[in-house]
Amino acid sequence: MVKNTLNVGRIEEGFVLDHIQAGRSMDIYKYLNLDKLDCCVAIIKNAKSSKMGKKDIMKIECPIDFMDLDVLGFIDHNITINIIKNSEIVEKKDLHLPAEIRNVIHCRNPRCITSIEQGLEHIFTLTDEENQIYRCKYCEEKYTGHLARK
Amino acid sequence: MRHLMSPMDFSVEELEKLMDLAGDIEANPAKYAHACAGKKLATLFYEPSTRTRLSHEAAMLNLGGSIMGFSSADSSSASKGESVSDTIRTISCYADICAMRHPKEGAPMVACRHSSIPVINAGDGGHQHPTQTLTDLLTIRSLKGHLGNMTIGLCGDLKFGRTVHSLIHALVRYTGIQFVLISPEELRLPSYIRSDVLDKNKIPYKEVVRLEDALPNLDLLYMTRVQKERFFNEEDYVRMKDFYILDSKKMELAPKDMYVLHPLPRVNEISVEVDSDPRAAYFKQVQYGVYIRMALILTLLEIEVK
Repeated sequence: MVKNTLNVGRIEEGFVLDHIQAGRSMDIYKYLNLDKLDCCVAIIKNAKSSKMGKKDIMKIECPIDFMDLDVLGFIDHNITINIIKNSEIVEKKDLHLPAEIRNVIHCRNPRCITSIEQGLEHIFTLTDEENQIYRCKYCEEKYTGHLARK
Repeated sequence: MRHLMSPMDFSVEELEKLMDLAGDIEANPAKYAHACAGKKLATLFYEPSTRTRLSHEAAMLNLGGSIMGFSSADSSSASKGESVSDTIRTISCYADICAMRHPKEGAPMVACRHSSIPVINAGDGGHQHPTQTLTDLLTIRSLKGHLGNMTIGLCGDLKFGRTVHSLIHALVRYTGIQFVLISPEELRLPSYIRSDVLDKNKIPYKEVVRLEDALPNLDLLYMTRVQKERFFNEEDYVRMKDFYILDSKKMELAPKDMYVLHPLPRVNEISVEVDSDPRAAYFKQVQYGVYIRMALILTLLEIEVK
């Protein structure tokens, strides 16, 4: 074994998320609701990166149609998604800003109906792609946070 | 099935059709007197309102329909904690159409997602008040004969006034519109409306503080009230509330065909002496509000009167 190298085994089917900003992998773990799924997840934090200095990497073993990764486009454009099948990379997915985000971020407007209505989904729609502006579907309040935390 | 959540739900062509219908209702009220016989309007008002609720009710009664509803959250099951979605499912079993006012922004949108009857947004917090905008558009078109090619002065609370924001959104779709934004520095139109709506649509506008400077060049003046409920501190409200008072002397500076509109209620911003000026159109505006709501009810219920 090479000194100072951490090896994580190959996955048969699933995703490898690369170039995650160092320290953000746990946020993504929560956004993707991985804590609620019974699948094998490896999180590598602060891995060396020639481009980024430090980065996080995640390997998620699950059926590839099992997970909606569009939300990652909202969280961080720069993440690289490799889709793995039969232990091979079958596709590299480009990230785009999703047109709609459900239950990922919450409206912070205290006058919004989402603050009182039970069971209501928190939905944000992309209203200005150029300036990356999302607005609450109900009250149209602009989302002003950076990476929102659940 | 259609609902009305925002004035922008209607295209310019659909708005023209709606206003043509309102015009026909004004000209031939008897023709529409039984158009909604057997139909029921539910007015679900979770907060107090005089004009909007009664205007919707008058509209339905003029069409020969019936009305039911509540006028405060205290007199509804909301006081027991019932959700908007449950309330609307219930009301859908009783009425054919409903008008909802709610202090929470987006509540009517929640309602329309669970409703089996058309929902009219009759005001949701500081967000939208589409029937007021439709009223304003019909009033302008009826008085001036058209909706484009005019200079419109918007005066007063341009920061918090939702009627002004909605009216700007609706008017920028017409050609030749210019705005003069008349407000104190503290109540200027928010920058996102200036950039996202006016600049984006290349609408000429200027901002002035003195009403007297704007009056000689206006085709229309839209006055607004400084709303006490929007201020966190009483001192700021007291300082701002009488910043503009339109009186007969100031009206002498205005062109002979410059109509004055106001969404009402007014406090001091228009002196009562202006009421007798033929250019004072704010009470006509109230009447147009009934016609446009009649047209809206017929349109949403898909009732055609031959």
